[in-house]
Amino acid sequence: MSFATRGFAGRRRERDDRLPPGQTLVQDWPVLSAGPTPQIDTGDWELTVRDETGTEHRWSWDELLALGVEDVTVDIHCVTHWSRLGMEWRGVSLDKVFENVESEHEFVMAHSYGGYTTNVPLEDLLDGRAWVAVEADGAPLHPEHGGPARLLVPHLYFWKSAKWLRGFTMMPDNEPGFWEQYGYHIYGDPWKEERYW
Amino acid sequence: MSTEPAASALVRPRIRPAWHVATVAETLRETPTAVRLVLDVPTWPGSEAGAHLDLRLTAPDGYQASRSYSIAASTPAAPGEPGRVVLAVDEVPDGEVSPFLVRDVRPGDQLELHGPLGAFFVWRPGQSTRPVQLVAGGSGVVPLYAMAASHAAAGDETPFRLLYSVRTPDDVYFADELAALAGPTLGLDLVYTRRAPEGTADGVGRLTRESFAARVLPAAERPRVYVCGSTGFVETVAGWLQELGHAAGDIHTERFGGLT
Repeated sequence: MSFATRGFAGRRRERDDRLPPGQTLVQDWPVLSAGPTPQIDTGDWELTVRDETGTEHRWSWDELLALGVEDVTVDIHCVTHWSRLGMEWRGVSLDKVFENVESEHEFVMAHSYGGYTTNVPLEDLLDGRAWVAVEADGAPLHPEHGGPARLLVPHLYFWKSAKWLRGFTMMPDNEPGFWEQYGYHIYGDPWKEERYW
Repeated sequence: MSTEPAASALVRPRIRPAWHVATVAETLRETPTAVRLVLDVPTWPGSEAGAHLDLRLTAPDGYQASRSYSIAASTPAAPGEPGRVVLAVDEVPDGEVSPFLVRDVRPGDQLELHGPLGAFFVWRPGQSTRPVQLVAGGSGVVPLYAMAASHAAAGDETPFRLLYSVRTPDDVYFADELAALAGPTLGLDLVYTRRAPEGTADGVGRLTRESFAARVLPAAERPRVYVCGSTGFVETVAGWLQELGHAAGDIHTERFGGLT
């Protein structure tokens, strides 16, 4: 493309192969959310997976952690153009959460305390690509960042990694979640810059 | 998120985002640290009040940097007339894009825009008859100014109030425009945290929960509330609002992005 803005040279230019197009590296961790931050005690917290028969699989906080918490080092990419690289998380693999869930449906709606939703294809949540995250940067996940537990799907733009996670509902079709209804991309691959539609 | 039917139904953005080439028509000093950019955009489709856009700069060697900015005002292109977009950009020290926009951009320069974006943190005329409380911290006033101006331009009779926390009188964005809007259609309440104009009855000081409660519409009036500012400001205000009885679904928040 021949377009250029007069006088602009750019100062950061951190070229890193791990940085998708249109992203800039940050060291801090910006906060973005649509409404107030819910305060959820782990004693009241639970995770639910609901399938098409109405069956609900439930885990208390301790039951979730008992599935096995693993170290996860991943890059995250926000649609608002910032990325963090090599970020250290701890969480429970969704392979363990979905292990005994029988469903014909290929799509999942993640639900949050506070009402937020986001849609993700089931296959994007499996095979070691997604977690229920409970720690980040070596500390319990702060409420501003979705604590006590958030979804972590690092290969999609970060709005898919729903804060204040409370559960999943299996869906036959790829229905749009909260931000997706407001114009964010239905899938959100940062490498294809699937930001908006 | 919201208790209102409009948000639970499938809401499609009315205006699809697209790339646009913009030419700087005018630059104005907005505050000691911020610039107002008036942009001519021949293909601009218009935008809803509160929406934002991505602004992209390209260096001669192809290096690009993109940032998100709230739209202060915009008019769609018409036959023979380019569309117009107004932004206000605060310079963040050590930033990459904001110092360039504040210091270096001149009329005639071109840059690229992708938008309009965001159909959640917006206000639409006729959307609801419930009163609206806007709460701004610093440059977070930009999308809220857009809402107040849109509300006045539409002749919408929904009661509107803006509580605006700012350091000093010099730091007020759209000071003349807000002063002109203040009155029957907009209750304007400025809070100065460092230095107030002489004769200001309330003097200087940060908002507290008590002073905040006295200045905003009470929860009993069920206002729709829009809060924009830094993360610390938004977290504090959203927490107070919930303690004062406002439903979480009535509180819309937007924060400065993480990039400069």
